[in-house]
Amino acid sequence: MSVTKTTYNDKVVRQFAVMTVIWGIVGMLVGVIIAAQLVWPELNLGFLHFGRLRPLHTNAVIFAFGGCALFATSYWCVQRTCHTRLWGGPLVPFTFWGWQIVILLAAITLPLGITQSKEYAELEWPIDILITLVWVSYALVFFGTIAKRTVSHIYVANWFFGAFIIAVALLHLVNSAAVPVSLTKSYSVYSGVQDAMIQWWYGHNAVGFFLTAGFLGMMYYFVPKQAGRPVYSYRLSVVHFWALIFTYMWAGPHHLHYTALPDWTQSVGMVFSLILLAPSWGGMINGIMTLSGAWHKLRDDPILKFLITSLSFYGMSTFEGPMMAIKTVNALSHYTDWTVGHVHSGALGWVAMVSIGSIYYLLPKLFGKTEMYSTKLVTTHFWIATIGTVLYIASMWIAGVMQGLMWRAVNADGTLAYSFVESVKGSYPFWAIRWLGGVLFLSGMLIMAYNMFKTMAGGKTQDVTVNVPVAHHA
Amino acid sequence: MESIYLLIPVSVVLVFLIALVFWWSVRSGQFDDLEGPGFRILMDDDQLTPEIKPQEKTNSEKV
Repeated sequence: MSVTKTTYNDKVVRQFAVMTVIWGIVGMLVGVIIAAQLVWPELNLGFLHFGRLRPLHTNAVIFAFGGCALFATSYWCVQRTCHTRLWGGPLVPFTFWGWQIVILLAAITLPLGITQSKEYAELEWPIDILITLVWVSYALVFFGTIAKRTVSHIYVANWFFGAFIIAVALLHLVNSAAVPVSLTKSYSVYSGVQDAMIQWWYGHNAVGFFLTAGFLGMMYYFVPKQAGRPVYSYRLSVVHFWALIFTYMWAGPHHLHYTALPDWTQSVGMVFSLILLAPSWGGMINGIMTLSGAWHKLRDDPILKFLITSLSFYGMSTFEGPMMAIKTVNALSHYTDWTVGHVHSGALGWVAMVSIGSIYYLLPKLFGKTEMYSTKLVTTHFWIATIGTVLYIASMWIAGVMQGLMWRAVNADGTLAYSFVESVKGSYPFWAIRWLGGVLFLSGMLIMAYNMFKTMAGGKTQDVTVNVPVAHHA
Repeated sequence: MESIYLLIPVSVVLVFLIALVFWWSVRSGQFDDLEGPGFRILMDDDQLTPEIKPQEKTNSEKV
């Protein structure tokens, strides 16, 4: 027996998996608070008003919750599919602690109003530098592990994770270029419409690579594993990957329709957004069809329910997105709550649900159990989360279309039919429903945390020996 | 639109780099087998049970 005694590095996966749940609760709680502030404006207390808390919510859910989920799943997946321990020694814990410090600094600086005022890139330059250091370490660990793999093939999920890591590094470096004037203040090197173009090149590609490519990597590993079946078409998954990364980069200008951005740039953005429908739906169908011939598994496996439902929401929001990028549709939808609904269709329905499903898959394995403490509670979580998401999206659709129609309505003499505040007043009931949807989604996360701590209790964390395959070489 | 002078070259360079990686991956046989890898991840065996011998369990409880 020449079996090597090296073990997988599951400690870092454990840390990131637990923090995914914790930060999920924090980020969604802030979301529920700002949703309540819209319904009950008197809740805007002191400096903790909507304007300060909204970036805290987006940063917490995207980079803290989503980020930790991506770290946990990519570190697990790359070790298992490359059949080797994580490379990088001290760099590995540095990615964990460094990322947690970034999150803490965000939680301190954003409520204090220290911000670069760039959406999804609000953090000031010293934190940006720390992010860069953590991200470079992450890339070294990930690609270092791929380089020392003991099988020749690189599984498709790792391609998605790898593309996500490289693209986010590039986006962060270009968009965050700034001239510091003090420790807490800097000015972007871009200005005016140039800044807007760079910002949305960053912003949309952050959606495309942070919130899509990374989570597709998750999907391509955890859906087949949980279903116990290979992905529907491995060939399609490879085509999906290359199609997505060759075409993604230019969808950003659809965020700037009817602005000072040149018309042709807006049209380029619209066309590329429409093209994206093809690879997105290819991936969605590939994921869902993995269950083809085994649909019964969906009946009593709540983790699979999470994963497959997330793909349905992915399909919905990647259809809605290109439609909203069409200029004539955008003329109605832009600046309304429809956009907010669309984002949460992707964020709650796709990103959060695929992460939750994957973390539920990981938790028992990470803490030496065969399954979660309570499968019933996972099922409860699934239904609460789904109802919450549907309430959120539907209320925002109605509010958004109503706002768009009210803003553009004109009287026979050409004057506006409604004042802005009338559209605000009309939106109240839908904002209340949205708040309720958020409360439900948050409650699901609390159930998850309870279930997680019960699963962890008394669990023995064991280092698992690296499984080096003997005859896997092609 | 000066920002385009940055973004377009970045995209062009990126497409060439992606093409290069694609070329490498095809040449090095990454995609020679487009069926097997899907099945192989199911045989990863990430359960704790069979790989660990009893004496290894004891020195790994420090985590």
